Amino acid sequence: MAQITYRQAISDALWEEMERDERVFIMGQEVGVWGGTYAVTRGFYDHFGEKRVRDTPISEMVIAGAGTGAAMAGLRPVAELMTINFAFLALDAIVNHAAKVRYMFGGQMTVPLVIRTTTGGGRQLGATHSHSPEAIFAHFPGLIVVAPASPYDAKGLLKAAIRDDNPVLFVEHSTLYQLRGEVPEEDYTVPLGTSDVKREGDDVTLVAYSKMTQVALNAAEELAKEGISAEVVDLRTLRPLDMGPVLDSFRKTNRCVVVEEGWALYGVAAEIAARIQEESFDWMDAPVKRVSQADVPLPYSRELEQSALPDVENVVAAVREVL
Amino acid sequence: MSDDKAQLLEMYRTMVLIRRFEEKCAELYAQGDIGGFLHLYIGQEAVGVGAISALTEDDHVITAYRDHGQAIARGLDLNALMAEMTGKATGVSKGKGGSMHLADVSKNFWGGYAIVGGHLPLATGIALAEQYEERPGVVLCFMGDGSTNIGYFHESLNLAAVWDLPVLWLVENNQYGMGTAVRRASAVEHMTQKAAGYGIPAAQVDGMDVLAVKAATEEALAHIRAGNGPYFLEALTYRFRGHSMGDPERYRQPEEIEQWQEDDPIGHFHNHLLKEKVATEKQLDAVQLQVDEDMAEAVRFAEESPLPTQEDLYADVYVDTPVVKEA
Repeated sequence: MAQITYRQAISDALWEEMERDERVFIMGQEVGVWGGTYAVTRGFYDHFGEKRVRDTPISEMVIAGAGTGAAMAGLRPVAELMTINFAFLALDAIVNHAAKVRYMFGGQMTVPLVIRTTTGGGRQLGATHSHSPEAIFAHFPGLIVVAPASPYDAKGLLKAAIRDDNPVLFVEHSTLYQLRGEVPEEDYTVPLGTSDVKREGDDVTLVAYSKMTQVALNAAEELAKEGISAEVVDLRTLRPLDMGPVLDSFRKTNRCVVVEEGWALYGVAAEIAARIQEESFDWMDAPVKRVSQADVPLPYSRELEQSALPDVENVVAAVREVL
Repeated sequence: MSDDKAQLLEMYRTMVLIRRFEEKCAELYAQGDIGGFLHLYIGQEAVGVGAISALTEDDHVITAYRDHGQAIARGLDLNALMAEMTGKATGVSKGKGGSMHLADVSKNFWGGYAIVGGHLPLATGIALAEQYEERPGVVLCFMGDGSTNIGYFHESLNLAAVWDLPVLWLVENNQYGMGTAVRRASAVEHMTQKAAGYGIPAAQVDGMDVLAVKAATEEALAHIRAGNGPYFLEALTYRFRGHSMGDPERYRQPEEIEQWQEDDPIGHFHNHLLKEKVATEKQLDAVQLQVDEDMAEAVRFAEESPLPTQEDLYADVYVDTPVVKEA
């Protein structure tokens, strides 16, 4: 199997889906002539033309809103918001319209929309450009929220998202684009709403998503050196949330650490911990531990920023606490 | 009767029907049979009926939360509309939308939306789909004067103009955004001035004159259908009732309301039809009687309709909800 980057995997998924279905098109800031601010859509404009690769003004409300409208009327837009930090400007269009029109109008409307965006800190971009707010979006019924951690999942999940008839927020991590991994040549999808065991183990369950899955895998590697066997469950999709593999793993290990790049308060890890105690209380040998971002806006200074983000050391320390 | 006469009479019937529907809704609201917010269209009937009567079936309509009149004008089923008002399973939105969220996609009526300006980018997107698929439809997007001050308005008009999309932006300037007068909320007096900022041709029309609205809409549609991109209309109108039920109306004087009421769009049109000998007094009376019968039937239908079930509560959140395995 070929080793390709997370960036290439996403780019290939988009390209192949656009070749497959004329109704699929891309709209967003700098997706066309520029080739995408993360170079995901390089070459698309020349190949597919300006009808299907549409540069927009810096207007997040209408990017998300017009994407929703175009999807309601039968197209399959992939709307791009340059970063999830800018998605706050589009929050109303996403949660009040994309996520609600189907239910609100009694099932008459279908919104096969994908909104691609990037998340995460660690690039010294300061407080407003470094959010990891997936939990906010995952709060709303009607929306699907996907956040892949590997090239294989990124490609398969994006293809599934484009083919799905529901609105999907597809969250890529801005520091994973260079990550390489095996991706098959042939067409495949990864089903939305499925968690995945990324590494098997017996002593403790590590639950994570997006970049934190990679951090958890690295932590598991460290723990193995000490003879601690950690199982890593990657959520992949935050809504709908597939607790099956998490609970199966927990009922085997009886201990859990959840790793989340965003803040702990009201976050994804809080949800996982709540579900474990509700649904697997009899299997608990220790409190579920959360590892998350320091409860501050992210600072610019490299050392300070890195100290605020969850890393392998934090995860290893948390595992020691629950063992 | 000629086609023209038949259409004029049908427009009259629709205006009267909207008025009766709204009066009945006010009554049902007072009785507690309609809940939530209720925004009546009384006084503005000429705008919705005039504009929508200029459309074809291929065209699209989308609007804000004062949406009953436009829904009726677009020919949505009266019984299903009343059932929606009373939250029944047989409603146009299966009882999940209510007064502010009436839609019938089979009639290209994409709904009422209750976030001010929130439907404008949807209109842009529907128009994009028309253009992309090379379909003939134009999107008629109604909005209130209040929505011209929100970011959605500016982003949507700009993008529609940049992409030459087939949208007719129609502002119903009823002089107040809730209780705040236009001059206290908008830096410019005429909404058309805002269209100029995006190079969109614009016109103002007397929104109390249904034929003037229809003619202005036809002109606007001709411009759009010729491939010239969006057009902007401002209809000057007035709502005779409060913003919603329970509006104390401290922001306007009774004299002002009375003055506008003298300009009743239905009264005007009634007189016009008699003067131009389109119809006789007897024929117009017959229209009123027929409307009363239709309304009585709609109310009866709504009353006898079943409530949505607990099963309905969880239906239609997603299309084919991805199956999540239980542990």
